Amino acid sequence: MKRLALRISILTLAAVFAVFGTAAADTIKLGVGGAHSGDLASYGLPTVKAAELVVKDINARGGILGKQVELVVEDDVCKPEVATNTATKLVDQGVRVVVGHICSGATKAALSIYKKADVIAISPSATNPELTQSGEYPNFFRTIASDDAQARLEVDFALDVLKLKKIAVLHDKGDYGKGLAEFAKGFLEADPRAEVVLYEGITPGAVDYSAVVQKIKRTGAEAVIFGGYHPEASKIVTQMRKKRMDTIFISDDGVKDDTFIKVAGEYAEGVYATGPKDVSQNPLAIAANKAHQEAYGADPGAFFLNAYAAAQAALNAIEKAGGTDNYAGLIKSLQNDPVDTPLGQIRFDERGDAIGVGFSVYQVKNGVYVEVQ
Amino acid sequence: MMSLIEIRKSLLVSVWFMFLTFPILVIRVNTVESTIQWRWGNMLAVGAGSFLLSFVWRHLIRRKEQGMRRQREGAGLRMSIFQRIGEDRRVYLPALAVAAVAVGVFPFLVSMYQINIMTTAFMYIMLGLGLNIVVGVAGLLDLGYVAFYAVGAYAYALLNHHFGLSFWICLPIGAALGAVFGILLGFPVLRLRGDYLAIVTLGFGEIIRLILENWNEFSFGPSGIANIPRPGFFGVEFSLLAHTRYIYFLVVALAIFTIFMVNRLQNSRIGRAWLALREDEIACQAMGVDKVRTKLTAFALGATWAGLAGVIFAGKTTFINPASFTLWESINILCIVVLGGMGSIVGVVLGALVLVLLPEYLRAFAEYRILTFGCVLVLMMVFRPGGIVSNVRRTYQFEGPDSGDK
Amino acid sequence: MDLHYFAELFLGGLTRGSIYALIALGYTMVYGIIELINFAHGEIYMIGAFTGLIVATVFTFAGFPTLAVLVIASVAAVVYSSCYGLTMEKIAYKPLRGAPRLSALISAIGMSLFLQNYVLLAQTSDFLPFPSLVPDLAFWEPYAHIISSQEIVIIGVTALVMVLLNLLIKFTRMGKAMRATSQDREMAMLAGVDVNRVISLTFVIGSATAALGAVLIASHIGQINFYIGFIAGIKAFVAAVLGGIGSVPGAVVGALVLGWTESFFTGYISSDYEDVFAFIFLVVILILKPSGILGRSQAQKV
Repeated sequence: MKRLALRISILTLAAVFAVFGTAAADTIKLGVGGAHSGDLASYGLPTVKAAELVVKDINARGGILGKQVELVVEDDVCKPEVATNTATKLVDQGVRVVVGHICSGATKAALSIYKKADVIAISPSATNPELTQSGEYPNFFRTIASDDAQARLEVDFALDVLKLKKIAVLHDKGDYGKGLAEFAKGFLEADPRAEVVLYEGITPGAVDYSAVVQKIKRTGAEAVIFGGYHPEASKIVTQMRKKRMDTIFISDDGVKDDTFIKVAGEYAEGVYATGPKDVSQNPLAIAANKAHQEAYGADPGAFFLNAYAAAQAALNAIEKAGGTDNYAGLIKSLQNDPVDTPLGQIRFDERGDAIGVGFSVYQVKNGVYVEVQ
Repeated sequence: MMSLIEIRKSLLVSVWFMFLTFPILVIRVNTVESTIQWRWGNMLAVGAGSFLLSFVWRHLIRRKEQGMRRQREGAGLRMSIFQRIGEDRRVYLPALAVAAVAVGVFPFLVSMYQINIMTTAFMYIMLGLGLNIVVGVAGLLDLGYVAFYAVGAYAYALLNHHFGLSFWICLPIGAALGAVFGILLGFPVLRLRGDYLAIVTLGFGEIIRLILENWNEFSFGPSGIANIPRPGFFGVEFSLLAHTRYIYFLVVALAIFTIFMVNRLQNSRIGRAWLALREDEIACQAMGVDKVRTKLTAFALGATWAGLAGVIFAGKTTFINPASFTLWESINILCIVVLGGMGSIVGVVLGALVLVLLPEYLRAFAEYRILTFGCVLVLMMVFRPGGIVSNVRRTYQFEGPDSGDK
Repeated sequence: MDLHYFAELFLGGLTRGSIYALIALGYTMVYGIIELINFAHGEIYMIGAFTGLIVATVFTFAGFPTLAVLVIASVAAVVYSSCYGLTMEKIAYKPLRGAPRLSALISAIGMSLFLQNYVLLAQTSDFLPFPSLVPDLAFWEPYAHIISSQEIVIIGVTALVMVLLNLLIKFTRMGKAMRATSQDREMAMLAGVDVNRVISLTFVIGSATAALGAVLIASHIGQINFYIGFIAGIKAFVAAVLGGIGSVPGAVVGALVLGWTESFFTGYISSDYEDVFAFIFLVVILILKPSGILGRSQAQKV
């Protein structure tokens, strides 16, 4: 019996000691946080690939400040409670600059840790307006426009260019989609030229949206403004077209994704979506896309270029600030030193939004997104 | 011994798996560029892997069956290591002391991340023990347990946001609200049993989440509530590390409190009534146990811990949104209870540690993390269907003076 | 009342219900025989969809006509899903017979996680376009805005499958053996029924209907990814319970009722609370009739 007790105590102690970390080599660490598994993995994984490509490129050219850059990738599954663990893990590993996170909710949770630990986060995809507008997160930057800016653009486009009068606003009940739809609805209601004939949340992942589609038809809406991601958007568009409806479909950069066109196929024709300004002529963007093709044998996924730009901005700031420990220097550099990225030349304003990342409206024409002039 | 028949069997298994995994592992189509990628290497790997694994599998199954046969023949009920610990004071007191010391010094030895996940593990111990009352002890399958967790979390977040109430005031409020919602759920499902109960509780969990998602004016919708203050300590300003340690000890204290309470409850009058209810509802009524009251207390007391844990969750994460309270969360907690061993407190504690820590340490497997986790769940259940600590039925024996531990 | 609108919602609900029904049939059959909530059933459906897509693409490239591709893809999906169902039963459930029922449930959850990630890793995390295998029929074009050809096929196949399954269970030897097993497994064994074979066959049939559903539904929706099984599975599970789990017509009735409930609620009230309403409806039905719409209320053994 004594032996048993001894064995248990040894085991317990061993378990306690087994969790010690190992000493780190002298590299510059760049964290990547986001959803790398689970149902939103397809939004998080392209960021990892972008960071890998940027780092590979930089390291091939000798690294920065004479040191190699090391990526520290951690998964947060887009869940706030996991994101706090992810954040502390990154902080523990000596990361001072993070590219991420992907979802706004997880980003907010992670930022509460980063803020206390003086860690900077540059998100390629967290669009919640509060992140920059509330002033709560001085350590947060993003290479994507916020929801309200996008909603404004969508509404202006619908009213000024398309001259629409009856608009249905739909969303996917998610953090991103509903936030955007709320803004769009607010802007539309403030404008006397048009009315919101329908405002509804659809159930994401449902097998069929015919009831909602019939409802849109009955309200006689000329257009649908949809806040959400491409899987739902393509289902709705497909069902509308299959019901022989030609209602205009306007959506956000969650839909301005080539996967949308692939999935919706012929039905995608004519759909409008807002997204970062056209960069298909930008040599850096072409190079980045080509590098992705070569390294992974596939087209890049969602937010790839935003993440690419975020990683570049992060590394540039580290170089200018002379290392990752100079928190004030990093912020100063992010705000003042412009970087050439696939999105164009960018720097950040004092709230953390990127300057130089323009938004424009796109339309699907012959299977590709074309910028609307 | 590897006989020819064994090898033939394994060959068949190997061929079967190569056939089975053929379309998904070997072919990858790209419908846009109209290319097909054939990955024959995967097929070889599957063939070789399944060939070898099938030997291991058959060996383990045989061992398990032998073990079961031995048990049936009554050749001495082998008690598991954990039960022996529980039985013998000489063993469990030192073990407890070691565990206490380990828990106490832990946050001063390891990194913040480790403290953080350990805190999460202790939170799940509370959740697991709470659900254990409903599922393990009272035998009511509840797939919507996460609803009460959400109630607790939102209680703190909203009361703090609107009225500035502190963590310590919200802690009992969260627990009480959990209990109230437990009774609310309990009433309509009194007549249901088994899987019908499971589906209604599942629905209840989803209803709560969907309401939180849709009712913006009340709950701020899917964008959630940010900047919830961490639990305070008489207005002391902490560093991040100190605060992490503080929350750790707070959760440990509450978890120990939970263990103590649940232990007392199980041996109380109401605890016995739950056990009786689980074993046979009708006989239980015949013996004069008030079914309605017994079931409702099970739901209410189970939900109380979830409410409590929810408040801590909000305080620890500082941000909550409905996405944290999905069905998967309920399933996760249920896994803790079943994997640990239904009805056993030690089992649930171990189950929580395994289920929270395993996925975290499996991060080394990166993208294979959840795959491995799923595998572990299946294997655990196949080879230890009763959970880590199978609950022994309480038996009362009269023992002679010389019959002792063999 | 706008009758036209009502009819549209009715047909939409019918389609949706048929979709649920095709998946729910597998749930309910497995449950009827071994009282296991087969959480991984949705994953079998997902694997059916992936197999269908892969096979369809390969054969389309090889230059087969659409109709042939549809048949080949469906057959492949059905065969593979059945095999997966069979293997899953052998590995994850058979060793658990006689163990506590919740253990089998956890094993099923583990299996579900495993299969999801297996497809995620072996294929992709992205959404993949699924070709529209059921063509738009020219003569139906004037009515296509009310109900499309694909939807008609889904409804038709569901009805056919349900009738066939009912016949199988009512009139064949195997069906008799199934009924016997579901009533009392040990007694059936004593009477000479090969229970293991019955259970395997149940998994095969359940998986086959799910796969058939998968190909039709995926071709209707036009996209798949590794996660589709989970949500569809939950809804089908709700449908099966609503109708009375263990009963084949019950699963179809439950699925249709669920489909219509959702459709009408969305159409006349709001889709914001669509699922909330569906669940409340479920609770009300179960409170009034605790064993589902068509479920037998079992006499309790004392």
